[in-house]
Amino acid sequence: MQELIRKANQQAMENLQKARPTLMGIGVALKDIPNMDKKTILHAGPPIKWENMSGPLKGAVIGGLIYEGLASNEEEATKLAASGEIKFDSCHHHQTVGPMAGVVTASMPVWIIQNKAFDNYAYCTLNEGLGKVLRYGAFSEEVITRLKWMENTLAPVLKAAVKLRGPIDLKSMIAQVVQMGDEGHNRNKAGTSLFIREIAPYVVLTDFSNEAKSEVLKFMHSNDHFFLNLTMPAAKSTMDPVGNIPHSTLIYTMARNGTEFGIRVSGLGDQWFSAPAEIIDGLFFPGYTKEDANPDIGDSVITETSGIGGFAMATAPAIVQFVGGTPQDAINFTTSMYEITEQENDAYKMPTMNFRGTPTGIELQKVIETQILPIINTGIAHKDAGVGQVGAGLVRPPMKCFEDALEAFVTQMAKEGLLE
Amino acid sequence: MHKINQLFQKDLKVINMGLESFYKDLKEQDVAVIHMNWRPRAGGNPKMIDLLNRLKSNK
Repeated sequence: MQELIRKANQQAMENLQKARPTLMGIGVALKDIPNMDKKTILHAGPPIKWENMSGPLKGAVIGGLIYEGLASNEEEATKLAASGEIKFDSCHHHQTVGPMAGVVTASMPVWIIQNKAFDNYAYCTLNEGLGKVLRYGAFSEEVITRLKWMENTLAPVLKAAVKLRGPIDLKSMIAQVVQMGDEGHNRNKAGTSLFIREIAPYVVLTDFSNEAKSEVLKFMHSNDHFFLNLTMPAAKSTMDPVGNIPHSTLIYTMARNGTEFGIRVSGLGDQWFSAPAEIIDGLFFPGYTKEDANPDIGDSVITETSGIGGFAMATAPAIVQFVGGTPQDAINFTTSMYEITEQENDAYKMPTMNFRGTPTGIELQKVIETQILPIINTGIAHKDAGVGQVGAGLVRPPMKCFEDALEAFVTQMAKEGLLE
Repeated sequence: MHKINQLFQKDLKVINMGLESFYKDLKEQDVAVIHMNWRPRAGGNPKMIDLLNRLKSNK
């Protein structure tokens, strides 16, 4: 049995290491995301019903319905969301990932990423910035106005610029940012800067007004997390070919919807193993405390699943000012992740770790054996709809997801006649 | 002198495997000590140990 698992995991790791995520352009959710329609709302994490959604996810759904013109205020949106007329589905079921609430609606512009090694695609919305934003469940007028500006100015300008520039190799760009102090989840300062450096010469060549071009460059410049929405679909396009490999015990999805944390195991197909999401241990913005925090939320943990984010914390010592702890803690977190992963990343090398590759490919048996859970760097959303981000910190998945997955894996292997 | 007593007359370098309180006691006495980060397999959970064993058994 172990030989079968070893071979399956070797195949899964080959697929992971071979990935070549590439930015191809910008599209629109309705047109580009598979099986999307006007009354479908995608969200982060495993599937969830409206009545079980947490405050920030409900808030983002309300905002999404107002943005689409399907409701004109909170009351109307809440009624519509509860009516059964809106179809809610997990982003992951549509080759998509979304940070925090991860709400994607039909008209939203999306990054189009192609994994050139396997010809599969992944999609993600464009990052709105920090504070009162839809992904943290805020839906006030300023949030909707910003989303409209992103649809009508930001996306068209960047779409034209990417077209002029041609495809951008994200694997090589992420490899560079990992050597520039980013871990690609909660620190994206280097990535955002590098992206601006790549795209700015082409932004100025587009036919848009100087005012629009300047606004776009300023928006990216003012948002240190702009690159997050590129590392996420890059990781998603990397991990999809790692899924559905018979007998593989690699984790190919981790995601949270604000109520539950879910994982998927390669050899167990599309099945989710979920448990209540944890509260994040971190630093809070002035005026907020742990009491205000919503449980862990968002698809951004796809970065850790692919071998960056919290797993690459050693390379981002500055992150500890944002999430708490010391630079030595960051090194310790990365070091401990080698205990539960299959390989060191071929492309993402960390100078502070003597250019060792990041710990990559979480293996189910190792997590259970060692009881070491993946470490995740993340933002903290307020538990109430409409407030926004209140801090940032560190969190781990519930052990139950992994225990249930191991039990299901053994049952599956027994069914196949591979175990006593 | 017995060999064990010779050992205790030297500067000790200790690796502690087990309860962390032994490590803390030595550290407080300024003894050079390293604590090994150890925990029982699968946290000692019999059900999980059984599942892991089943996957490791050869059929």
